[in-house]
Amino acid sequence: MISGYKGHSQPSRNVVANVVPFESSPLSANAFPVESSSAARRFLIAARGRTRIPYLWVTVFAALVSAVSLVPLGFIAVITVQTGWETAAKLIFRGRVGELLINTALLEICTLPITVALSVALAWLTERTDLPGARIWSWLAVAPLAVPAFVHSYAWISLVPGLHGLADGVLVSVLAYFPFLYLPIAAQLRRLDPAIEDAAASLGLNPWQVFFRAILPQLRLAICGGSLLVGLHLLAEYGLYVMIRFDTFSTAIVDQFQSAFNGPAANMLAGVLVACCLLLLIVEAVLRGRERYARVGSGAARPADKRALGWFLLPALALNVAVAVLALGVPFVTLTRWLYIGGTDIWRIDLVGNAFIQTIILAIAGGVLATIAAAPMAWLSVRAPGRLQRIFEACHYYVGSLPGVVVALALVTITVRLVLPLYQTFATLFIAYIMLFLPRAMVGLRTSIAQAPVELERAAMALGRTPFQAVRQTTMRLAAPGIAASTALVALGITNELTATLMLSPTGVETLATKFWSLTSEIDYVAAAPYAVMMVLLSLPLTYLLYVQSRRATGQ
Amino acid sequence: MKISYPRSVGAISLSATFIGASMLALGASAAYADDDIGIVVYNAQHESLGVAWAEAFTKETGIKVTLRKGSDMEFANQIVQEGAASPADVFLTENSPAMALVDGAGLFEPVAAETLAQVPENFRPSNGHWTGVAARSTVFAYDKTKLTEDKLPKSMLDLADPSWKGRWAASPSGADFQAIVSALLALKGEEATASWLTAMKENFTAYKGNSTAMKAVNAGEVEGAVIYHYYYFGDQAKTGENSQNVALHYFKNEDPGAFVSISGGGVLAASQHKENAQKFLAWVTGKGGQAVLRDGTSFEYAVGNGEASNASLTPLADLHYPKVDPATLNSAKVTDLMTAAGLL
Repeated sequence: MISGYKGHSQPSRNVVANVVPFESSPLSANAFPVESSSAARRFLIAARGRTRIPYLWVTVFAALVSAVSLVPLGFIAVITVQTGWETAAKLIFRGRVGELLINTALLEICTLPITVALSVALAWLTERTDLPGARIWSWLAVAPLAVPAFVHSYAWISLVPGLHGLADGVLVSVLAYFPFLYLPIAAQLRRLDPAIEDAAASLGLNPWQVFFRAILPQLRLAICGGSLLVGLHLLAEYGLYVMIRFDTFSTAIVDQFQSAFNGPAANMLAGVLVACCLLLLIVEAVLRGRERYARVGSGAARPADKRALGWFLLPALALNVAVAVLALGVPFVTLTRWLYIGGTDIWRIDLVGNAFIQTIILAIAGGVLATIAAAPMAWLSVRAPGRLQRIFEACHYYVGSLPGVVVALALVTITVRLVLPLYQTFATLFIAYIMLFLPRAMVGLRTSIAQAPVELERAAMALGRTPFQAVRQTTMRLAAPGIAASTALVALGITNELTATLMLSPTGVETLATKFWSLTSEIDYVAAAPYAVMMVLLSLPLTYLLYVQSRRATGQ
Repeated sequence: MKISYPRSVGAISLSATFIGASMLALGASAAYADDDIGIVVYNAQHESLGVAWAEAFTKETGIKVTLRKGSDMEFANQIVQEGAASPADVFLTENSPAMALVDGAGLFEPVAAETLAQVPENFRPSNGHWTGVAARSTVFAYDKTKLTEDKLPKSMLDLADPSWKGRWAASPSGADFQAIVSALLALKGEEATASWLTAMKENFTAYKGNSTAMKAVNAGEVEGAVIYHYYYFGDQAKTGENSQNVALHYFKNEDPGAFVSISGGGVLAASQHKENAQKFLAWVTGKGGQAVLRDGTSFEYAVGNGEASNASLTPLADLHYPKVDPATLNSAKVTDLMTAAGLL
């Protein structure tokens, strides 16, 4: 599932630039906010105190969204106090939690290095060598994103029913999530100035040394950012690990929820899970360090030479083929097989069609709402950055790093106990979607607003446009592609969202994901196939968009 | 100087888009929110059975039924928290402990006398606050290529023996298995149950869902699994591909492992549509609903007076199941014991 662009801590602006293909080059990404913020400052100075007010309403709105985004964290804190330290300690410090911690740690420790190594290798091969058909392999390395993670595991256990436990969980996780690392690493590789490598080589380093000492360090931000994204997904994912029978905090929380609704045991597990997420954010921030890598010197970098693979061609091709077969071939073959076995009987238009329409409505409405909720913050972070804004922005990013199950647990409890009119309503479901996908919405918006300098609005007004016309004809137009991209990314996330939708949706609502899930739970793999296919088909165009954007961003 | 423009513009255009899109979202919601969703059933029963009942009932009476899916204990605790504001009209479960929990909180409307008269006394609590709607039997589903009858456990309690380490499976997170544990608790007491669960944690392999556990037995991953009977019959009636190596062992002897679990149905006191809700419950326990059990694909036992179950099932009367009062099954205690044993 591509709940990709959630989970950036605020200080990681550079990482956002690297991870997210919508951002242009790191240089320009840095340049834009600086430029426009100084513009804003000049503007502020020009207008004296009066312009502090203009942003008031925008700031109030951003503050409101930030406050809402703190709700899950506040919920965990309040509920822990309510539970009482003694009970809480008994529920937190027990064998089962230890098991889950070990499982989670092992999953992260095993999956991340493999994913990083695989992504770097693939990115290197497709970007920097004379690999035949590099463009096609590069697209095939991104395409697995169109298959939701729980459909990956459905495909695998259909093929090899005995799969279970850590090793198999790692296998499927790597296949489902490596594009999250491949995308930023490949993008970064395309941007590197080969002059640095030439210098390293002329100083006597052999090609391997050049790679490890000159290239790899420059990929660091991309690797850290991508790993954080993958790491957070590993913590949040539910469906994949249920099918592969590997218990993590997310699966254990849902187990508890099904056994006792929002009992103290579930809430305490959620607390530990949130702590894990925050820990991951901190580890990433520490590993990322404070160094920045920038190209100095005038002119544009020339494109890097493609290295001749020579005798290495065959193993290189074999790796690409193997990854494509495992990550795309397996889902394709199993889905085709189930569809063939099921024939036309499984395409019940009243069920599949209904779920399809409901999913689309939820996805689009949620996408629009999340984009709107993120807009004031994106506006502020470009036009009026400051300390307060940075705190708000951190709130916007942190909440997206929380697993769906935690957000849902918090909202269920709060609505049923305190705000009953919102209980089991679309409003609550949309609030959950907004929280989960705020960072995705921020990413596209920020870049596109940054690309619309405030001077254009002024020029338009000087030419006689009213303020509203000016904004509509300059900033809104320039920002439109980014707004659309944000909406699309959020919509994609909602299409494949499972846990929050299961726990929060109004009675009678069935999405493709929830329907798929209830059928696979009764091991009716045949009837589940159409829902999986529909999810993949809905995701494919968006994945392609992502791919195209990432290439365009680096001018290719 | 027109320098103050961004104030209003930023705010106006933002709020304009906001209002616009909120309308869109509301419109989208309204498109769903049909005025007449009829009665809301919190259905913890298998989705397919719930749908079969609802569709047949609507066809016969014209009363619309909207199902919400979930699991026994999730719904029971949810209803307790919702209290008087519960949007549910009817609650259907797979097992009794969830019904007992809701009843304990005093949230059921007494079931209409005519409905109670359709169900024998041993399949409903004596207070008449809810009624049995179907029944299922615990079984030991085993791999007949690996185990012969003489090697089968005599009692479910034998599975705690070290000789069974690594050889059997269950779905501890499911309401079904938790109901079996609640019967064990009622029959053997807290201490025996706690120690059996501790031994179980050592011995067994956890699967999510009974069908998945049966599939594992069939695939030779484990030798046997404690599940309910109908998963086997359901699969046999379809393709049989997940049960071709599987046979069922009934513990009988009034063993805790021979427990027959009553699926319950009740009308909620908070219901705004009590009349239709009572009609639904009367229909489910009557001819129509019980016929769905007999002729449908659920393979659960019918419980209505004089109603026959599916002919392929071993008759209930031959199962020698233990007498357990469904009203006394204690779910909260079971969840606590299982959490303490590290199973949840």
